Amino acid sequence: MRNEVLLAVNYTAQDRFLAGLVRHVAGLFFQTYCERNHVRGESASSMMDALEAKSLAEFIQTLLGCSATVAYVVAVIAHVGLVGAWFGLPAGLFIWAERKISGRIQDRLGPTRTGGRFGWLQSLADGAKLIQKEDLVPKDADGVMFRLAPYIVVVASFAAYMALPFSDNWVAVGLDVGLFLTLAILSLEVLGVILAGYSSGSKWALFGAIRESAQMVSYEIPMAICALCPIVTAGTLNLNEVQLLQSGGGEPLSFLRWNILHPFNFFAFFVYFTCATASCKRAPFDLAEAESELVAGFLTEYSGMRWSFFFLAEYASMFLVSGLAAILFLGGFDDGLGLIGMVKASTSSGVVHYLANCVGFVVFLMKASVLVCVQIWVRWTLPRLRIDQVMTTCLKYLIPISCFLFAGTVAWPFVLLKMTQHSNLLGGPAGARLVKPAAKSKKLSRVDAVDNVRPWVAAKENSR
Amino acid sequence: MTAETALFYLFAFLTCGGAVAVALTQNIVRMAFSLVLTLGSVAVLFLLLGADFVGAAQLLVYVGGTLVLLVFGVMLTATGPFTRIKSAPADVILSGLIGVVFLFIVSRTVTSVNWDKVKTDVSIGTHAPAVEPAFNPTQQGNTTRPLGLSFLSVRSDRDLKTGDQAAAAKASGIVAKPSAGYLLPFEIVSVHLLVVLVGAAYLARTKRRAAV
Repeated sequence: MRNEVLLAVNYTAQDRFLAGLVRHVAGLFFQTYCERNHVRGESASSMMDALEAKSLAEFIQTLLGCSATVAYVVAVIAHVGLVGAWFGLPAGLFIWAERKISGRIQDRLGPTRTGGRFGWLQSLADGAKLIQKEDLVPKDADGVMFRLAPYIVVVASFAAYMALPFSDNWVAVGLDVGLFLTLAILSLEVLGVILAGYSSGSKWALFGAIRESAQMVSYEIPMAICALCPIVTAGTLNLNEVQLLQSGGGEPLSFLRWNILHPFNFFAFFVYFTCATASCKRAPFDLAEAESELVAGFLTEYSGMRWSFFFLAEYASMFLVSGLAAILFLGGFDDGLGLIGMVKASTSSGVVHYLANCVGFVVFLMKASVLVCVQIWVRWTLPRLRIDQVMTTCLKYLIPISCFLFAGTVAWPFVLLKMTQHSNLLGGPAGARLVKPAAKSKKLSRVDAVDNVRPWVAAKENSR
Repeated sequence: MTAETALFYLFAFLTCGGAVAVALTQNIVRMAFSLVLTLGSVAVLFLLLGADFVGAAQLLVYVGGTLVLLVFGVMLTATGPFTRIKSAPADVILSGLIGVVFLFIVSRTVTSVNWDKVKTDVSIGTHAPAVEPAFNPTQQGNTTRPLGLSFLSVRSDRDLKTGDQAAAAKASGIVAKPSAGYLLPFEIVSVHLLVVLVGAAYLARTKRRAAV
């Protein structure tokens, strides 16, 4: 009886196409799963093999022949350095861009006096000024928590970069739970803001913190649901696989595979981006800072470096959510014409693959930067919402919309399969681009994987 | 000592230190922060064990969700700024006793397991021993796919076989009985949570004023 109930879960009613899809999806998942665990067994010796290593630690180990622990520690330092630089550099760049764009939009003078063309030294000058400022702690504040709060915010938005792939497989920690972990770490940022507001011993700061936590806790829900829509389409939480599935893999015009062209993901993208803007506390959702109402909200009592930590974290998380949007909806490192995929498919040379990845890195940065610029554009053109409007937008509109989009994304392949015999409009299985390399390596062909899955599907069909 | 062991000791120390601080601090917000430290370190311990999904869930559910609500609740219910909590001596003795008994139970359980045997027996999906001799992060943490497959009643460690095992299974012609899936129980639990949520919203809603 119990088995029959479970069978009913797997195959609702007598629908053959559903059984076919389950078989297909299970075969696909199993395929990539085996492939990942298999490839690792090989021992590499030459430079070519080292370039094709799955991780930096492995690369160092094969190239220098040192122990796993040493290679691991070196790789960790390299990753932290790279991501750390990434944490600081775009912040400086985007603060400059914010000034210039806001200057254009609102007829202000952007930075002009501080050296360099277009005032590009302004961010550096600001940095020098902020470092020199006195590190103040108000008399009424809870000293320890007050000093600690900026670090929590910084660490949260910095650590979220951990699972973000900057190009194909260019990721500090390539996890199967990539998106889940990223969203979990991002949600910790609010803790620092609450602590900052509470420990300041000022009513403005406390108001700001309460608004901020109410806003962040509510906007997390539609943001996560909309981020799940492309995940459902791709069938994996691994961010690298999500962008790989949208890339050409040798086909031209690969932008047709981007999730944004999926009818439900298209709307999910805009809902996600709205919620992401809100979760970065950006206008029109900057209720927590609201200069005209709360002085500066939770930032009221901060100055100098601790104040600038909050800003660094804000720009870092702006870039992070934009990067996530680029990966989930806009194909990540894929250039849209399929050139990178074609180059990669035409040769197995490690050096060419590496160079193609570098191009992919630039493509990814451009996509994410354009989205950050959109956030800046929105900030300087839309007036701030009231707190009740912010909450209404989220709870009454965005959450129901995102639930509908999620349900639609789940139902879409079934409808398509019923009508066109394909699980997507372009035909061909969604995961073909993931499976191809495995078929070449002869480790385990796709036929084997399907054969492995077939017996239990047959067993279930017989048992009915 | 490998990097993994060193990291384990660091985060085990933070877990215990945070827990002790929760019990000893009197400032209620610092207490909540120590709890963040403890729960966050537990999440890192999960990640070190290669249980990525559980680690991420720990971060999202406990550290991210529960603690924000806790801090929120504390801020809204406290009567003065920086409220302190002082417990009566009887409370300290009683809770100390409970703590000691619990510690005894846990340590007995841990020491009564033959860990060397577990090391050789347990395998995660890959049909390889769970404990790797070297710290190899890329090998670990591929637990999400097996977890998701087992929801669909495909146990990767039992139902799916690779290479020679698959050939042998095919040759023998014996089809294994499918495993049970966990999707239905999981969904039932989720619906329970939804019921709780609706109930809480019902209790907390503003009562309509009676028409005057």
